[in-house]
Amino acid sequence: MSGVKQRVPQIILTVVALLLIASAFVARPEGGSAPLGPRLLAIADQEFATWFSILAVFAFLMGGLNLVATHLAKIRERGPDRFYSLVTLVSFLVVLVIGTAKLGGPPGLQGDVTAPGSWLTAVFDAVLSPLHATLYSLLAFYIASASYRAFRARSLESSLLLGSALVVLLGRIPAGRHLTAWIPEPLAFLRVEELSLWILRVPNTAGQRALMIGIALGVIALAVRMIAGVEKDPRSGGDGS
Amino acid sequence: MSGWFAPGTWNIALVGAFVCAVIVFSVIRSRRGAMVAVRPLPPLLALDRAVADAVAGGRPVYFVAGSQDLDNMQTVAALAVLRPLARKVAEAGGRLFVPTNRSLVMDNAREICRRAYLDAGRADLWRDDWVAYISDDHLGFVARVDGLIARERPGLCVLMGFFASESLLLAEGGHHVGAVQIAGTASAVQLPFLVASCDHVLLGEELFAAGASLEGDAARLGSLRGQDLCKLAAAACLVAGSLVATLADVTGAQPWLFLRDAFLNVFRAG
Repeated sequence: MSGVKQRVPQIILTVVALLLIASAFVARPEGGSAPLGPRLLAIADQEFATWFSILAVFAFLMGGLNLVATHLAKIRERGPDRFYSLVTLVSFLVVLVIGTAKLGGPPGLQGDVTAPGSWLTAVFDAVLSPLHATLYSLLAFYIASASYRAFRARSLESSLLLGSALVVLLGRIPAGRHLTAWIPEPLAFLRVEELSLWILRVPNTAGQRALMIGIALGVIALAVRMIAGVEKDPRSGGDGS
Repeated sequence: MSGWFAPGTWNIALVGAFVCAVIVFSVIRSRRGAMVAVRPLPPLLALDRAVADAVAGGRPVYFVAGSQDLDNMQTVAALAVLRPLARKVAEAGGRLFVPTNRSLVMDNAREICRRAYLDAGRADLWRDDWVAYISDDHLGFVARVDGLIARERPGLCVLMGFFASESLLLAEGGHHVGAVQIAGTASAVQLPFLVASCDHVLLGEELFAAGASLEGDAARLGSLRGQDLCKLAAAACLVAGSLVATLADVTGAQPWLFLRDAFLNVFRAG
């Protein structure tokens, strides 16, 4: 029975993956004169996308239920984080009610829950957006602290990183350009803005492309392993059972 | 068969079929017993020590499987790392916390961890709420996880999968509590941030090889060899293409021009 339980998902995965790959290389049918095969593949492509959306809706329900269960348990256990859990639960339920009841907005099934003036839009604009902006603004300080650690010239690699970062930085600010404006025209490629552009266009692009080629091959290899059933189901045991 | 093939995709199908054939061939070869030597990945070598240190210090281990759903291959690759990691933590008798921001990822991660603790004979330790759904909103997710990191002070944070701006927010959160940080992503934009703020990083394709490398079964290692052979072929094509394009431009001779056009046709994006 466990063999069947394992094989059925693998067969579904292989068939769906092969159909989706095939549909990427098959012409989009135009009109009723297209051959039956491409028409079926195009329909399958559309249907699978719809099914994924339906699954995602159920998954979202599962997530919501898990969130409520987890935080209710924390409140019941009277742990040190119970007040955070209480805030989370109250916020979750309040926004759920506001959104479901479409408070302040056009009512009915067709009413737009995000219409101007609706309570949900107000919550988004007055609470969620400022919170997002606050958290996002931390990035500026985190970038500074991470860069400080990364750019300390302790090895050849970090010295190169520091040097190229300095050149790119100077090349992007007006004051930096004035530093090397005295370099004569025949040697203009040594000016800091030209060096900055060169670093971005040549070594940076080469590195990025090498990375992208490797990533593409990695994705294909993982996909082939999954389609062929070589990749273990992550949910199976150490022996693959 | 006319009307079947989408115009402009034959070259992608050709290159894709070649890559798949090389990988399948390598898998079959290694299944038949051919030895496959795989370069050990330093971040994975550091994993055992970091898990042991975290558990010995009574600190939990945190694992984040990126910020995307199961339809993203980086999430799938991250979950392939989770299983051996969960097993290591379970064998050491530690606590593994996996915050997720997608319900399907939560469901899969929970099953993986539960099974790993069971396999390690430590089912008594396992609690289902160690894998928790936080929020689909990536900044809400980060706020909660950073808060937990600050309060629980994990000894090891493993960040694997696709990340957007949350990569640095999570990594710096871990750094500030002195956690060992091991990350891996194929998101080229976020790699510099992770390299700057983490102790060990799996770069790009290494993420997709990590699960196979950690568990070391022959077939999966064979696919890594196939991947490397394809990379070698890509490098050879790059060198040959550059030479042909240079010769075509310098000499203007017909054979070089023909070869250059052939290269461009085969490798152009669809």
